[in-house]
Amino acid sequence: MNDLAFRLRDARATLSAVAVFVALFALYTLNHPAGFSANVVQTAANKGVLLAFVAVGQTFVVLTAGIDLSVGAVFILANCLASVVVTGSPGAVALGVAAVLGTGLACGLANGALVVYGRLQPIVATIASGAIYFGLALALRPEPGGDVDSTLADAVTGQLAFGVPASAVVLLAVMLLVWVPFRRSLIGRAVYAVGSAEASAYLSGLPIRRARLLAYASAGLFSAMGGLMLAFFTYSGEASASNASTYTLDSIAAIVIGGVSLFGGAGSAVGAVFGALIFRTINDLLFVFDLDPLWQPLFLGLVLLGAVSLGSARLLRLKNRLELFGS
Amino acid sequence: MIEPPTAPAAAGRTPPLLALSGIAKRYGATRALDGVDLDLRAGRIHAVLGENGAGKSSLIKCMAGVVRPDSGTMALDGAPVRFADPAAAAAAGIVCVFQELSLVPDLSVADNILIADPPRRFGLVDRRAQRRRAEELLARAGAGDIHPLALVRDLPLSRRQLVEIAKALARGPRLLILDEATSALTARDVASVFRVLKDLRRDGLALVFISHRMGEIAELADECSVFRNGRNVATFPAGTRTDAQVVEMMIGRDEAHAYPPKPPPVPRDRPPVLEARRLGWAGRLHDISFALRPGEVVGLGGLDGQGQRELLLALFGVLRGLTGAVLVDGREAALGGPADAKAPRNGIALIPEDRKTEGLMLPMSVRENLSFASLDRVSRGGVVDRAAEARAVDAMVGLLAIKAADLDVPVASLSGGNQQKVVLAKWLMTRPRVVLLADPTRGIDVGTKADIYRLLRRLADDGAAVLLYSTDYAELIGCCDRVLVLYGGRVVRELEGTAITERALVSSALNMDGTEAA
Repeated sequence: MNDLAFRLRDARATLSAVAVFVALFALYTLNHPAGFSANVVQTAANKGVLLAFVAVGQTFVVLTAGIDLSVGAVFILANCLASVVVTGSPGAVALGVAAVLGTGLACGLANGALVVYGRLQPIVATIASGAIYFGLALALRPEPGGDVDSTLADAVTGQLAFGVPASAVVLLAVMLLVWVPFRRSLIGRAVYAVGSAEASAYLSGLPIRRARLLAYASAGLFSAMGGLMLAFFTYSGEASASNASTYTLDSIAAIVIGGVSLFGGAGSAVGAVFGALIFRTINDLLFVFDLDPLWQPLFLGLVLLGAVSLGSARLLRLKNRLELFGS
Repeated sequence: MIEPPTAPAAAGRTPPLLALSGIAKRYGATRALDGVDLDLRAGRIHAVLGENGAGKSSLIKCMAGVVRPDSGTMALDGAPVRFADPAAAAAAGIVCVFQELSLVPDLSVADNILIADPPRRFGLVDRRAQRRRAEELLARAGAGDIHPLALVRDLPLSRRQLVEIAKALARGPRLLILDEATSALTARDVASVFRVLKDLRRDGLALVFISHRMGEIAELADECSVFRNGRNVATFPAGTRTDAQVVEMMIGRDEAHAYPPKPPPVPRDRPPVLEARRLGWAGRLHDISFALRPGEVVGLGGLDGQGQRELLLALFGVLRGLTGAVLVDGREAALGGPADAKAPRNGIALIPEDRKTEGLMLPMSVRENLSFASLDRVSRGGVVDRAAEARAVDAMVGLLAIKAADLDVPVASLSGGNQQKVVLAKWLMTRPRVVLLADPTRGIDVGTKADIYRLLRRLADDGAAVLLYSTDYAELIGCCDRVLVLYGGRVVRELEGTAITERALVSSALNMDGTEAA
């Protein structure tokens, strides 16, 4: 095999997510009454970007073979906080944005500390912390409402030149600024190593505690970015319990579709972004094909099952049945 | 005979690079290292020999910072050192090529080789430079044909071992420890690794080489140390002792255990209860044939990891893609899994290797653990008959003298010996006709060991066939009527009756033909 073949192999899961998304989105716009227009793309991007941010956050944690069930709650907390603080003079708005992102980071760090230093199982630790974050969101915003600086909101949710959706550009910029350096840093490699083979990572002298902490902190930060975007779309905040749990579970579905292994150690946040976009597009497809809303969850479930089955095809090749119960 | 080494012998006067003195390490009741003294010098290859459990692995782990010794000192260039973790040892120049590989399967070869300290530009990994370094290091490790972008997951075991060596070289070691680094290699790869090691010796590295292959030690080593029961019993220049003398040192004189007397041998014409015909599996088992007759205790010997575990798993239906046939009562048995194996028509039981994860459900009660394998016998219409369960459980607790305050306490609260008795009892409740055991006395006190030996003999007397894998040679000698010695996934020797001696076991485990006559 030459270099290109190896590189293609590494990116196979991500590339297939991209291809599936392009196909589904083409199908969607072809059947949409308005066709492939700037407005259709803008709406789709705005909806997709929310889940994409949360899914990227989840990816960091799942790469370490953990899971974060508080991402939806952090997403909602950030949304509610934004509806309180991202308003007023330009200086106050900037401070508000920083406060929202800082809060998300702090929530993620707290999760990481529970898992790394408290030695709690990620699933339990983040269920508990998620409830706390949601409680804080409710205290901030008992009733839906609030106010968000509309100049900034319109700038990041509108269209740029040639009808390019601004929210997609924001997502792209964040990915370039965070994911690309992460993939090429020592700590990023440690995140993958911890999820792939923790004992090997330890024997190799990698910073495994710092890697875990960073993964959870990033999950909090990205979930908060998603919450902030939600505030920009709705100009308000709402402590919706159903939204919190939907985003948590959808983020897991999205990364699996995007080729991230729930066993840890394999996958990419780029794949997760396209997984999220695929997930949203399937919803939209059901809508343009005028499927009875009663059937939508069933259809979505079937698609998910199909995606997850592809991921576990490896197990069919195991020759020692005891290894089924290993990692 | 071992050839004298070609390296200069004057190195004995140079001060040691690393000096160990009085190093001790205990794991529970087991004394893994018991006051070890060892000097390692630059520009020398030091071979360490010893039986299974002699303390070689613990020694390496102490030097490489994986475990901390309980007492004793290590001095590097004359100054005392203590390593908190492998990273600290590596920073001091002590790097180990571990037997259980330390590679990350989902990362590429290049990522793995330079995992701890990749070349960086502006704080980020410089992939082009990393790849160049990886190619150089692979070439130096004699593995220039491995593509640096391949995933470690996709490489066969022997290639991974070479990647592991390249990775160790990347850390710029002063002392390189190789723990059976050649055991998974093909002959061609061994030759190239040897060239690498000789180059490193010329470059002034200190090397510690652990191997069970006498031929390799003769070719490479400058000094040899023999370990037994956690002690360094002898250090001598390579080539000054014969192979037979070295084996004698490895054996030593052990204290006798209380083994029950052996009955006269089972007649050869008694029909076997279980027969293996030409078993093969995934390159780890080759052409294994033997028969187990009722009333026999048969041992599996050989060095650790020669396919003994896989053979037991194969007979219990765990391995997929097994070739050859397993016959029970003369008829071919379809073993699709443990449920088939334990069904009354086959009546096979496996006492697994790791009682904590494979044998027991630790948080559940003693009673529940005992009845797990025979729930079908104590239930009617899918409902457990509590009274029948209690009767069966009480009978077993009595038979094996299990010491538990109460049968409803979690099995985790019992001592190691009593936990192992619970595992045995759990399987005896299924009334097996074939009992497979994977190293059942490891980490168990002497009293319980004797109980287990008596129990095995009694099972055989009652008409069961027992297949016992043990890493303890004394146990094989004391318990078994016959011993099959495995090497590289093949049965290389069958010893019977008085021919089962420690010398015969050790020499056939090392696959050294002809040593016995010497």
